[in-house]
Amino acid sequence: MDIQSFFQNLINAMQWGSFYALIALGYTLVYGVLLLINFAHGDIFMVGAYIGFFVATFLLGSYAFHLPMVLPPHLVFIVTLLITMILTAGVGVTLERVAYRPLRRKGAGRLYIVITALMAGLILENGNLALLGASRRAFPDLIEKAVYTIGGVTFTNIKIIVILAALGVFVLLEAIVRKTKIGMAMRAISYDRVAVPLMGIPIDTVIVFTFILGSSMAALAGVLFVSAYPVLEPYMGAMIGWKAFIAAVVGGIGEIRGAFVGGFVLGFIEIFVAAVFPSTFRDLIAFGILLLFLSLKPTGIFGVARAQKI
Amino acid sequence: MRTVMVIGGLCLVLTLMLTPCAWAKNESIKIGLNIPLTGDIPKVGEGSKCAAEMVKDQVRSQGGIKVGSKAYDVEFIYEDNESKAESATATAIKLITQDRVLGIIGPQSSKQAIPAGEICNSYKTPMISPWSTNPQTTLDRPYVFRGCFLDAFQGPVVANFATREFKANKAAVLYDIASDYPKGLAEFFKQAFEKLHGPGSVVAFETFTTKDRDFSAQLTKIIKTDADFLFAPQYYDEVPLIAKQAHELGWKKPIMGSDSWGSAELMNLCGDDCKGLFFTAHYAAAGAKGATKAFIDSYKQKYGYVPDDVAALTWDSIWLMLKAIQNTGGLTGNIDKDRDAIKDQLAKIRDFEGITGNMTFTPEGDPSKCTVVVKINQNGEFEFYQSVCP
Repeated sequence: MDIQSFFQNLINAMQWGSFYALIALGYTLVYGVLLLINFAHGDIFMVGAYIGFFVATFLLGSYAFHLPMVLPPHLVFIVTLLITMILTAGVGVTLERVAYRPLRRKGAGRLYIVITALMAGLILENGNLALLGASRRAFPDLIEKAVYTIGGVTFTNIKIIVILAALGVFVLLEAIVRKTKIGMAMRAISYDRVAVPLMGIPIDTVIVFTFILGSSMAALAGVLFVSAYPVLEPYMGAMIGWKAFIAAVVGGIGEIRGAFVGGFVLGFIEIFVAAVFPSTFRDLIAFGILLLFLSLKPTGIFGVARAQKI
Repeated sequence: MRTVMVIGGLCLVLTLMLTPCAWAKNESIKIGLNIPLTGDIPKVGEGSKCAAEMVKDQVRSQGGIKVGSKAYDVEFIYEDNESKAESATATAIKLITQDRVLGIIGPQSSKQAIPAGEICNSYKTPMISPWSTNPQTTLDRPYVFRGCFLDAFQGPVVANFATREFKANKAAVLYDIASDYPKGLAEFFKQAFEKLHGPGSVVAFETFTTKDRDFSAQLTKIIKTDADFLFAPQYYDEVPLIAKQAHELGWKKPIMGSDSWGSAELMNLCGDDCKGLFFTAHYAAAGAKGATKAFIDSYKQKYGYVPDDVAALTWDSIWLMLKAIQNTGGLTGNIDKDRDAIKDQLAKIRDFEGITGNMTFTPEGDPSKCTVVVKINQNGEFEFYQSVCP
């Protein structure tokens, strides 16, 4: 591989890894607080993409009922992002309220909550399929596409936005978790879920806040994803969700840095394997490497072994 | 009062008996249509039926069809196969044994055409499937024919077209290795292109797997080669992603596709990135000329929408059948003999001028016909560009 291809693939991998990172983040946040693997997260990403689609087409005036004024497309993009993040956060919170909280209240084991999460994901997928049908939808072009070529390496403004968004989210979340009071509460709950309520910390509020953060990041990933790959379908979240989960585990689940590094590592491996070997080898080699890595360091890159309380 | 009525009645009977033209209707040729009027793809059945009705009108307006010295009317028997394989075989048996048709048109999809073809072949009844592209439908079945080209056939066509139109010496291919249709087509194309330009002229033969959304690594490799065009025999939900990402990575050369591109959905999903690209198809509605245009216009006038490829292929298949019946030089009335004669004549058809291209049957019952190359124009319509023969 020559140097130009290398840098081209580096940029490709940065974009692809950004999506994994943004989604892996939702897994890691929820796991960090609840020790729950929220398998519905990939489908929340899908729901985010669909909500984004409807918000964007509404703002562009595709429906009978529309806004009194015409917004310029880049403003539509920003408003779409914000509304989608709010609405998708609502979906995540509803999921928590309807599916996970009742089980938690009844003291069900984590296994049951994980199974519930799997089912919730399937319900979201198939509910979407039943409501909207299997036909694909095209996300409108909100950002005027610009293609830049520097030294033989070609990239678009969307790629830059995606990569910057992922980095921005990383800095923001690190700040929230490390520097704010609610962040401290999140870390405390993950430490000891029995003792923390006794200290007067409203555990449900913190959990809801965690779901808001995770789901709105999934929504951000969803809207950016369909801006880069503008075909929507009900099962779009399943595969990428699983892979992002693996990325989160490799990075050390429960650690925000871990989700980011894990997401980018997976993105890099996938792109570079596909660039060198036939694409059928991609998942084989990618997951082979990850498996090897996990067997050497089971807690992931940044993970710390914690004593299991029985 | 009663006598008046009786006398009136008698007079009527007498007049009818004495004027032979009132009942000397032509004898009719019975052809069965084994089509999906219900089930998953009712639109396909509807299109086939509409095309058949139009054939009937045309035959009637020209005073029947002449076989030998006798004129016949055409009668179509529409039987629903519910788009199911088992119903398609039952329907074929019913048409052959109860309705005693001379030949059968349909089923349309390979899923039903393969089992129904087995039935028609063992009952020695000629059958033409207008739309089935799977090789098995006609393989080792002398009584079974088809109206469309085979999957494999598009490979050489694309190779020829690209060589001539893009002056291509080197080609790149990007296809889904986990799906039969793109994989088969990509390999046929590679074979054909390397036959024209020598081994190694397909400089990039890149793959991905179903459900992949990111092709940047493969496309980066393709762009690094000096390929003159990209062949992507994919379905309409992947094509937009391939075209868009290729353009984003700086690809400015042509991209070509196969008949799987030809869905109305393509342009909804793809938008500007697909404009100016080419693909092969059974037929193209926009920019059609001659008989094809006449067919499209009268179909549109009668049913209110532009006919899709199934309707056009069904139209051609029915005329093929009628042509073969005419070529027998006269029907004996012995249905087994007539069916045999029709089969022999179908196999002998040369240069039949259909609205989807000229057809000549190969010994396997597959037509060698010219393919339409469609260009997606600036309005996003599929426009007839050229007819390419293998």
